[in-house]
Amino acid sequence: MRQKDGGADPGRLSRRSFLCTTTVAAAAAAAAGWRAETADAAAPDPLIGATGPRGLVDTNVWLGQWPGRRLPLEETPALVARLRRQGVRQAWAGSFDGLWHKDLGAVNARLAAECRRQGRGLLTPFGTINPADPAWEEDLRRCAEEHQMPGIRLHPNYHGYQLDDPALARLLDRAGQRGLIVQLVAAMEDERTQHPRMRVPQVDVAPLAALLASRPELRLVLLNWGRGANSVQPPRLAEAGQICFDIATLEGVGGVASLLRQVSAGRVVFGSCAPLFYLESALLKLQESPLTEAQLAAVRADNALRLRRRVS
Amino acid sequence: MKIWDAHCHLSGVPGQTPAERMAQLLSFADRLGIERLCVCMGMRWSYDPTPADMRQQNDEVLAALQHWPHRALGYVYLTPNHVAASLAELDRCVRDGPMVGVKLWVARRAHAPELDPIVERATELQAPILQHTYLKATGNLPGESTPMDLAELARRHPAATFIGAHAGGDFELGLRALRACENVSVDLCGTDPAAGMTEMAVRELGAHRVLYGSDAGGRSFASQLGKVLGADIPAAAKKLILGENLRRLLRPILQRKKSL
Ligand SMILES: [Zn+2]
Repeated sequence: MRQKDGGADPGRLSRRSFLCTTTVAAAAAAAAGWRAETADAAAPDPLIGATGPRGLVDTNVWLGQWPGRRLPLEETPALVARLRRQGVRQAWAGSFDGLWHKDLGAVNARLAAECRRQGRGLLTPFGTINPADPAWEEDLRRCAEEHQMPGIRLHPNYHGYQLDDPALARLLDRAGQRGLIVQLVAAMEDERTQHPRMRVPQVDVAPLAALLASRPELRLVLLNWGRGANSVQPPRLAEAGQICFDIATLEGVGGVASLLRQVSAGRVVFGSCAPLFYLESALLKLQESPLTEAQLAAVRADNALRLRRRVS
Repeated sequence: MKIWDAHCHLSGVPGQTPAERMAQLLSFADRLGIERLCVCMGMRWSYDPTPADMRQQNDEVLAALQHWPHRALGYVYLTPNHVAASLAELDRCVRDGPMVGVKLWVARRAHAPELDPIVERATELQAPILQHTYLKATGNLPGESTPMDLAELARRHPAATFIGAHAGGDFELGLRALRACENVSVDLCGTDPAAGMTEMAVRELGAHRVLYGSDAGGRSFASQLGKVLGADIPAAAKKLILGENLRRLLRPILQRKKSL
C-alpha cells in the first residue's frame, strides 16, 4: 500500500522530487516572467539550465506563415529570440511554404536566405523536396550545393505520394549519396482539427522499414509521428536502419521515458514543431520523464549533433 | 504557485489498481510541480455506459481518492442515457461522497433535454459540470457534443457552472461558440499544443474563464502545461489559469463539504 503524499509539504517529499518541483516552479515562474519574485534573477532560466553545456538542438522548427492562423512567433527574429532564451543553440528549420507552394526552388532559396539573415547562427535550413515534382533533382542539387544545407524535409501527405512510390526510393538514394539527412514529416495538424477543406491525412509509414533496411547509409529523422492513429512502430523501424524519432507530438504521461524503453537513447532527438506548437511543451516533456544524465544529453543535443557531424 | 490540473483520467497509465495508477500519475505530476489532479472515469471506458458500468467506473475513482485525498479530486461520471441511475449516482458520489464535480462524456449530446435534471441536481449540490466538447473535421460520434451544443445547454441553465472540455477541440470555433456564455469556463487539454490557443482563450473569454488541464494519462502533463507557460499572456493570467480559477469554481462545494 502506498503512503498518502501531501504534495504541498516538502518535508514529506523525497529530496529528488522536491528539487524537481522547485525547479519546475521556478521554470514556470521564469516563463511567466515573474522569476524575480521567486528566484534569483541572476540565476539561469531553469529550462536553460536543464539543457547542458551544449544547449539544445531543436530538429523540428519552421519558418514562414502557417495558412490556418497567425502564430505568436511567426516572425523569425521573435522565434530565434525565444529559442535562444530557452537554451536552443541550433534549430533545423523548414518552410511552411514547402507544404503548399509548387515553386520549391524559390521556397528553399528564401529559407536559406532567411536563416542567413535572421538566424543569428542558430537556424540551419532544411529544404523541401517533392519527389513527385518534375524538377526535384535540381531542387536537391541546389539544396546541397548552392545552399549548403545539411538535410532536406519531405511531406508525402501534402505532396500526394505514398512511401512505396519508386520516386521516393530514388530520392532517398540520391540524398544518401549526397550525405544529406532526410527528415520525413508524418503529420502537421491533428486530422480532427484541420480546416474542413484542407484535410491532409497522416503519412502511412508502413513501407519505411523496407526503405531503411535496403539503405544502411541513409540517416532519417521522423518528425511529428507520435499521434496514435498512424502505423509507426519505433522498435521495428529502429531495427531496420538509421532512424531517429523527434518528440513534438509524443503524448502520454512520461512519453519520452516510454519511447526510450522501446528504442535506445541514440534514436531520440529533441523537436518542438515551433512556432506551430508552443516550444515549452516539448521542453517540459524532458522534465516530465525521469531520464538519466546520459539519456538527457543524447536527446537534448548529442544525437542530432552526431547526425550532422557525419554529414560534414 | 499551486498548479491544479482540471482534467485527468485513470486510463493510459500503468497499474493494476486505481491507487497504483494514481501513484503513477502523481509521480509525473510531481516532476512538473502539479499539486492536485481532478480525475474522472474508470480504468476501462465505454461510450455509452450501462448504470452498472458507470457505478464501477465511479467506484474506481473513489478508490483512487481514498488513497490520495490530499492530491486528487473526483468528478462523478454520469450518462444522460440513464437519468434516474445518474441522479442516484450523483447523490452517492457527490452529496454523500467525496466527489466535487460531474463529468459528461459522449453518451448523448449536451443540448438534449435529458441533461436538464442532471444539471439541476448538480447545481443544487454546487458541483461544476465538465462536459466533453470536440468539434471534429473527421466527424463526431453520434452522442459527442459540439461546443455549440454546450452553449445551448448553458443558456438553459444560467445558474449552473460548466467547464467546456478541450475548449471545443477545434478551439478557434469552440472559443467563439462559448464566448457569450459567462457560466462556461474552458479547459485547455487534450489537443495539440497549438501556439496561440491560450492567448485566444484569454482574449475571447477572459483569463478568469480558462483552466489548465492535461487529459493525462492519454496526454502528457508537459505538452499541455506548455500551452500556459509558453503563452504570451500576463503572469497574473497564468496564475489564474494554472489553479486559481479552478479553486474558485470548486470553493463553494469544497467549503460545504468541509462544513458537513
Ligand atoms: Zn478527458
